[in-house]
Amino acid sequence: MRTSRNASPFLLATTLAVTLFMLAPMLLSVLAGLVNNYSTGLSSGLTLRWLAEVLDNYGDTVAWSLAIALGAVAGTLLLGVPCAYALARSRSRWAGVFEELLTLPVAVPGLATALALILAYGQITAFRQSFGFILVGHIIYTRPFMVRVLSSAFQRRDLRALEEASRSLGAGFWRCLAGVMVPAVFPAIVAGSLMVFTLSVGEFNLTWMLHTPLTRTLPVGLADSYASMRIEVGSAYTLVFFLVILPVLWALQHLANLLQKRYET
Amino acid sequence: MRSSSTTTSRPLLLACLAPAAIFFAAFWLLPVAWLVVLPASKGWGIYLAVLTEPRYLQSLLNTLLLSVAVTLVTLVLGCAVGIYLARRQFPGRRVLLSLLTLPLSFPGVIVGFFVILLGGRQGVVASLTEAAGLGRISFAYGLLGLFLAYLYFSLPRAISTYTAAAEAMDMALEEAARSLGASRLRVVRDVWVPELAPTTLACGAILFATSMGAFGTAFTLASKFEVLPITIYDEFTNYANFALAASLSIALGLVTWLVLFVARRLSAQE
Repeated sequence: MRTSRNASPFLLATTLAVTLFMLAPMLLSVLAGLVNNYSTGLSSGLTLRWLAEVLDNYGDTVAWSLAIALGAVAGTLLLGVPCAYALARSRSRWAGVFEELLTLPVAVPGLATALALILAYGQITAFRQSFGFILVGHIIYTRPFMVRVLSSAFQRRDLRALEEASRSLGAGFWRCLAGVMVPAVFPAIVAGSLMVFTLSVGEFNLTWMLHTPLTRTLPVGLADSYASMRIEVGSAYTLVFFLVILPVLWALQHLANLLQKRYET
Repeated sequence: MRSSSTTTSRPLLLACLAPAAIFFAAFWLLPVAWLVVLPASKGWGIYLAVLTEPRYLQSLLNTLLLSVAVTLVTLVLGCAVGIYLARRQFPGRRVLLSLLTLPLSFPGVIVGFFVILLGGRQGVVASLTEAAGLGRISFAYGLLGLFLAYLYFSLPRAISTYTAAAEAMDMALEEAARSLGASRLRVVRDVWVPELAPTTLACGAILFATSMGAFGTAFTLASKFEVLPITIYDEFTNYANFALAASLSIALGLVTWLVLFVARRLSAQE
């Protein structure tokens, strides 16, 4: 068998070491959130009281994080679908420049973008103190990912033929975009949405600067609990993150794979 | 044959771009332009503060060195794991791969907390070393803790990228090299390295950029080893020194953007 010849003790050892390094902290934090006392370990007994405490103090951050992530998906779709289409169809040199500009918020550290937003709009109190402020930051940061996935989907050759056919049959531009093009790139829309959702749910670099005491997301709450509370509470909160976010992500991933398969056949 | 770009008129394409462009201009371009202009009010010298003030220069060098070190180690480890996972078939391989790439969705703060669990004052290592009679050793808040946190944060991306790249590798070349009697090291040098070079370039640039801007991990560890994002944060929130924070942000943004830009140019040439 040809794979067996590639067996290498170095690769095996590295893989095992990396696996241990990656998985041990996850197991450790799950466990630490469920024991009575972290420093005495499992012998202190298991409890759910830390979880309850987290849900009391930080329950709303979970809902807000999910809401903002959904808002970011909606926002990036609304702004990104037409934009990606135009970028895919334009042959102007400026389209490339525009795409490069649009991607800058990904290259520039989130902290800098957040500072800029605060300096420019921090004075508008109602906006500054609303979740909209965080949402705007998330849309700016995640949109390039959506646009890139979509614009490469719009560039597919068979799509151009499909577009020509529908236009020559008399469909207007907007009707063609909404009725033919968007359904045709649906798998890319799902993949892009999944990426935006994931990025938004875990976003901290921007969010920590943009949040106020009344507008906290899950990662912001996590940082807060790590800084000021017991290690057990921090662990329990991390466990909440795993319990809430991971099933959502897995379900979405599963849905995306399913759609991809259905569209390919 | 009509090319399809002529079927859609320019005004329609512009109308499609307009909402995205307006949003971008209002919430990124203008604020960032303001950020760039702001330090000028304190004199032009402040733009160079990151180079002229020893404290900020140190912070920048710390960040650069840490990011380069993390990137290199991650590339080596990620490449090894990626090739192993791409080549070997064993039960649970898919599950292992998805577990290893799971941390891609973690915020940096969680990774910082993981390192505290491992190497903090109440951490596992502290308990183990105490049991061994060495006293409570904690490394979470120093350079090693920061390095491990950044490594943990970077590895999943490298592993998933290299696994995909290694699965697509052409086995014929390697077979040929082996049948001609090439040693393992030669295969690595003459077959693997060139074939994985584009992946390494692209992945390395992204890992470096992510490490340069990583704020959450360093923030949670409140490290003694100062990195630039933390310096910026301190200047902004603790000292309300907006102009200086802006100037440092520009420096940080320029370095990361430049690395990404050069990497993209290089990979476009190949």
